Amino acid sequence: MLDSLVFLIAGTLAAATPLLFAALGETVVEKAGVLNLSIEGMMAVGAATAFTVATLTGSHVSGFAIAALASALLSTVFAILVLFFLANHVAAGLAVGILGLGLSALIGKNHEGQTISPLSDLDMGWLSELPLLGKILFSHDPMLYLGIVMIFLVWWLLSHSKLGLIIRAVGESPDAASAIGYPVILIRFLAILFGGAMAGIGGAYLVLSYTPLWAEGLVAGRGWIVVALVVFGMWRPLRIALGAYLFGAVSLLELFIQGMGFSIPSQLMSAMPYIVTIVILVIMSRNPRLIQLNHPASLGQSWHRNA
Amino acid sequence: MSALLRLRGITKVYPSVVASDRIDLDIQPGEIHAILGENGAGKSTLMKLIYGVSQPDEGEIQWQGQTVHIRSPAQARQLGIGMVFQHFSLFESLTVAQNISLAVKGSIRELSARVEETGARFGLPIKADTVVHSLSVGERQRVEIIRCILQNPKLLIMDEPTSVLPPQGVQQLFETLRRLRDEGCSILYISHKLEEIRQLCDKATVLRAGRVVASADPASHSNESLANLMIGRSIEPPPHAPANAGDAKRLLIQSLDHVPTDPFGTVLKGISLHVSPGEIVGIAGVSGNGQNELMRLVSGEELHSAHHAGELSIDGTCVDRLGPLQRRTKGLGFVPEERLGRGAVPELSLSLNGLLTAYRHGLTRLGMIRFGAARKFARQCISDHDVRCGGEQSLAGSLSGGNLQKFIVGREIALQPSLLVLSQPTWGLDVGAASNIRRALLQLRDSGAAVLVVSEELEELFEISDRLYVMFDGHLSPSLTTRDTSTTQIGRWMSGEFLQETITGASDH
Repeated sequence: MLDSLVFLIAGTLAAATPLLFAALGETVVEKAGVLNLSIEGMMAVGAATAFTVATLTGSHVSGFAIAALASALLSTVFAILVLFFLANHVAAGLAVGILGLGLSALIGKNHEGQTISPLSDLDMGWLSELPLLGKILFSHDPMLYLGIVMIFLVWWLLSHSKLGLIIRAVGESPDAASAIGYPVILIRFLAILFGGAMAGIGGAYLVLSYTPLWAEGLVAGRGWIVVALVVFGMWRPLRIALGAYLFGAVSLLELFIQGMGFSIPSQLMSAMPYIVTIVILVIMSRNPRLIQLNHPASLGQSWHRNA
Repeated sequence: MSALLRLRGITKVYPSVVASDRIDLDIQPGEIHAILGENGAGKSTLMKLIYGVSQPDEGEIQWQGQTVHIRSPAQARQLGIGMVFQHFSLFESLTVAQNISLAVKGSIRELSARVEETGARFGLPIKADTVVHSLSVGERQRVEIIRCILQNPKLLIMDEPTSVLPPQGVQQLFETLRRLRDEGCSILYISHKLEEIRQLCDKATVLRAGRVVASADPASHSNESLANLMIGRSIEPPPHAPANAGDAKRLLIQSLDHVPTDPFGTVLKGISLHVSPGEIVGIAGVSGNGQNELMRLVSGEELHSAHHAGELSIDGTCVDRLGPLQRRTKGLGFVPEERLGRGAVPELSLSLNGLLTAYRHGLTRLGMIRFGAARKFARQCISDHDVRCGGEQSLAGSLSGGNLQKFIVGREIALQPSLLVLSQPTWGLDVGAASNIRRALLQLRDSGAAVLVVSEELEELFEISDRLYVMFDGHLSPSLTTRDTSTTQIGRWMSGEFLQETITGASDH
């Protein structure tokens, strides 16, 4: 029983991490007023690149780094379409997302079905030796901890730093921000790059740690759940993290229930994390006042100077 | 003494109009200088040129004796030019101090202290840690002004600053501006309200159709002579014969309670009101005291919940469950406060905008639009109300606010409603245009329609209405006959005094 608990909690943390990275990145993007729906594609490109690079070089670090770069590069395409050619955010996001899925298949073509040794866990000495807690909290890989650090970093950035204030101002009213003299396009561009890199890291975590193998379509809709997490988490990093962990927990429960021999159709089981996460987040975010306070008012609207 | 700002031969041409035509202007240090003009006279264009939002095609701008090219608002601010816009450029989800920290250097804590200190010094009390969306329009204006002051401007441009303020707020603002002037800051004050300019300004430059037509000392002029300069002809206030109101109650609201769906809206408490055919009834009050919520209820945009007390009826039939369209078939006409998006669709032409509410008046046949008739209807509105635009096919969004308002009011009047409800009918309109609209409303009244007007401009309500109500904090005052009341009394009621009077009145019995 205790073993299952350890497995459940540790597994939840791992399952949530890819979503966490991508969602925190997207939060910054959306707070700046840009709706980037290409996360699924960016995660896929990140995953394929990470797997390929790590396989060829044997270095997980390079895998993560190149994955972040690759996805940021893909997000640049989106940024150029949206910021300079004033393309509709939704349409551009979908197009770039589909492009990303295609690219990921191409990049990972020679490694289809291969496995890789997962990212090794951090050795925290006596902490990792602790009974129970050691296994639950102190025997994970460094990226998982980085994910947790990122929650607080993004939270602090958005609610306590000057840069965050500027990002929020740009997302609420680009006209007013520009009138004060802030470079709206540049800030949005950088936010989109950050979002891309984070989605890439999320994708990389999927193949280098969570399920250490490459197969086309392995992201399996996580990019879409990320979009939902950000919106229903009301652009607040702590709520979004909660949503990501919820998703992780339900994914794990699925394995449990199957293990216990209940005969529930597997399709329904695999749909559970998506359904449960969305339903709970929707219920949590019913408060119109909170939405009004947190919703970036210019989200998804094209903007150019002297409009 | 050399001028702080000197414009020479400034010209700006837009595709359809010469917005500024060889304008010369001198602003001295430490003066309050008015720019006076009708809607579309080129006041806003001129300010945009000075503040660097757009650049002149010809002419020269000198700042403290140096020729400058102001390419952006940021550059204007560096020179020492600040501007308070008519539509505020604040971020609603941020606090006052956060908003200011985006424009002024310093930590939030340090700025909070400076905001409150500056506020106290200039008579602009504000709490630095409140979130902007919870502030009233007047308070937001304070924040804008403080934000400008903290940047130590030598010239402050104010664009129609009093259009959002209650009468008491106007005096307070003037006091602030005078203190600023006494500290050496020049103020460029844009307005079409003559009385204010005479009270406040040291000098006035009058614009008409993009040209400077006069330069005057406002204190030595009367309102009439200023108006003549501005419009180029004299205007008479509309004749105001006493109402010939019938006994019937076209619109009747009885002790109505309502909780609006908007979480920031004002809860309406025990509203009773009636409007009879042949009278104009005004509702005075500082905006944000429930007028908007009441208007949405009357227009049918929001339905009165059956759980709450009271009901709304038109011509004796309860309309609580009827939507806007069904109410319109009962003879209701409605002019909302927001022109774009609610009163008109910015992306549609004027003729299609006319069609939106007038389609039942012969503009469609068998569900098909009769484009010829629709265009004719729009042309009629345009010529009846002197709407300045590029014809009935121009987009609603391309008209200036005042001209679009003339079109919307004209459209509703043309439908000959038996009950016309208007919110801020002359907001942002110059004297000439406003007096045209008021005249049209009086005509409509005399033809037997019931008219309900919500306005923040007391003068306007006194000019046209036969009876008045005052709104405060979701309560509506008892009705007053306009002839027997004074602005002083209305002003006191606007801060809620009628509530105590009704309570004491009740306890006397």
